[in-house]
Amino acid sequence: MDRTLDNLKQRKIKSQIFKSFVWFCGILTVGILVYILLFILLKGVPKINMEFLFGEYNSETLSAFSSIITTVQMIVLSLLISVPIGVFCAIYLAEYSKRGNKPVKVIRLAIDTLAGIPSIVYGLFGMIFFVNILGFRASVLSGVCTISIMILPVIISSSEEAIKSVPDTYREGSLGLGATRLRTVFRIVLPTAMPGILAGIILAIGRIVGETAALIFTSGTNVLKYPSLDLFASQRTLAIHMYMLASEGLPHSRDMAFATGAILILVVFFINYSTTKLAGRIGRMQND
Amino acid sequence: MQNIKESNFSEITMQAIFFLSALISVLAVLAICLFLFMRGIPAIAEIGAIDFIFNEKWGPTNTPASYGILSMIVGSIYVTAGAIVIGVPIGLLCAIFLVEFCPSSVYKIVKPAVNLLAGIPSIIYGFFGMEAIVPFVRENMGGNGYSIMSASIILGIMILPTVISISESSIRAVPESYAEGSYGLGATKEETVFKVVVPAAKSGILTSIILGIGRAIGETMAVVMVAGNSVMPLDKIKILKPIRTLTTNIVTEMSYASGLHESALISTGVVLFVFIIILNASLSSIKSKAQRN
Repeated sequence: MDRTLDNLKQRKIKSQIFKSFVWFCGILTVGILVYILLFILLKGVPKINMEFLFGEYNSETLSAFSSIITTVQMIVLSLLISVPIGVFCAIYLAEYSKRGNKPVKVIRLAIDTLAGIPSIVYGLFGMIFFVNILGFRASVLSGVCTISIMILPVIISSSEEAIKSVPDTYREGSLGLGATRLRTVFRIVLPTAMPGILAGIILAIGRIVGETAALIFTSGTNVLKYPSLDLFASQRTLAIHMYMLASEGLPHSRDMAFATGAILILVVFFINYSTTKLAGRIGRMQND
Repeated sequence: MQNIKESNFSEITMQAIFFLSALISVLAVLAICLFLFMRGIPAIAEIGAIDFIFNEKWGPTNTPASYGILSMIVGSIYVTAGAIVIGVPIGLLCAIFLVEFCPSSVYKIVKPAVNLLAGIPSIIYGFFGMEAIVPFVRENMGGNGYSIMSASIILGIMILPTVISISESSIRAVPESYAEGSYGLGATKEETVFKVVVPAAKSGILTSIILGIGRAIGETMAVVMVAGNSVMPLDKIKILKPIRTLTTNIVTEMSYASGLHESALISTGVVLFVFIIILNASLSSIKSKAQRN
């Protein structure tokens, strides 16, 4: 009797230890995040000023203006390329393909592979193919082409999921009213899946904004005094701007790297907030 | 009548367009393989495959030049292993916390935090590592801070969201009846979680670890900022000493490389790519095994 009681006590203590470990790790994860964010924001936000945001780039201001414009340009252009391709691909996978047939298997394998390729390998490919073979040289154009391939899997998988979450009754209703399959897809399925597709697009924007390794040898590290939309010029994005400032190692450039980091974090906040909102909408739709 | 014909026509054209769009991913993968191998393989052949992979001397600007990447392969394995040692236990326990222990008011804080961790760009992690982790390691553990240790810590943090979210959903997918059975036999909540629920979720947890390995081994910018990047002879590799990995080898030297040197860097990328393909293949074999069960 005594032994079993002892045993039970021991088990209880062990359980308590496990439980506190588990709690510790949950809190630790949040703690790490908060520490990283505060570390960058507290040092970075006070360094942000008008000169830095909108001034001419020189060794004094180290202005991020032209890299911000390049980042926006790169986002717009790569989305123009990969959103139609990605959404069409998702439509094919969710609406037109028969499950388990050969081409679908190959396409899925390809998408999984693309999702797993590290950005430095995309960078190498972009350098070999777009920069050298196609002769785009180190330019925004080469960067855009490389990035468009990189974000394709993000857009495809979130669009496919969104399309699949559209209830079948919607399709049946539309088909029953005599609409063609195509009309059903464009008039009923896509509009209903829009929040999910948008969430994927915003995620893709997040990847473009934060990307460094895939761009450093394709769009390059060059910076112009004033913003320019020249597709054939080598220009850096905001993330590369931060990398260059950080690796210069001078106190002033280090401060400005903190400022750039703070801007990037604010963008990430915004992106996270909007995807959560959109995902919430999709969830509600499924519950209806 | 005309109307129906027209819509038939557009139906078929659009179907073709959807299919072609889907093929673009396949084309992209083929192009990436083709051009990487086209540039990388001849260089490996010129250097000699054995010499390239099993030689620890990397000196492209020496005379005679040497192109051995063994030290970087080992470096990549070290920092990835370090990341796993740090990130997997914390991530797994955090996933267990999210599913089994956390009150819903706390869940509303931790879950978004994990999502936010996943969204932070690697350049931020790298800069944070350079400004916070490197000095910490220098002052508390020794060396100059740029080390395997710092790289492992940063990568360990970076793989957290991957490990947490995939483990979380696989733990959630374990049928309730398993836990009920265990409670019925008199087990405590903690015993049930660790001895019944987690083992039942092991294929999903394994998947999360492999994805974490993939993220760690391919990470470039965060590592280049904290690892110090010196090529170390194998017997001098220490956990508090600088290290160069496959990815950072490419990034540190590409800007001034040319000729065989440039090709050797691309070959380094090919080796990395092969690692990733092996990881992907093991992932899909886990997936198909899990589906069969």
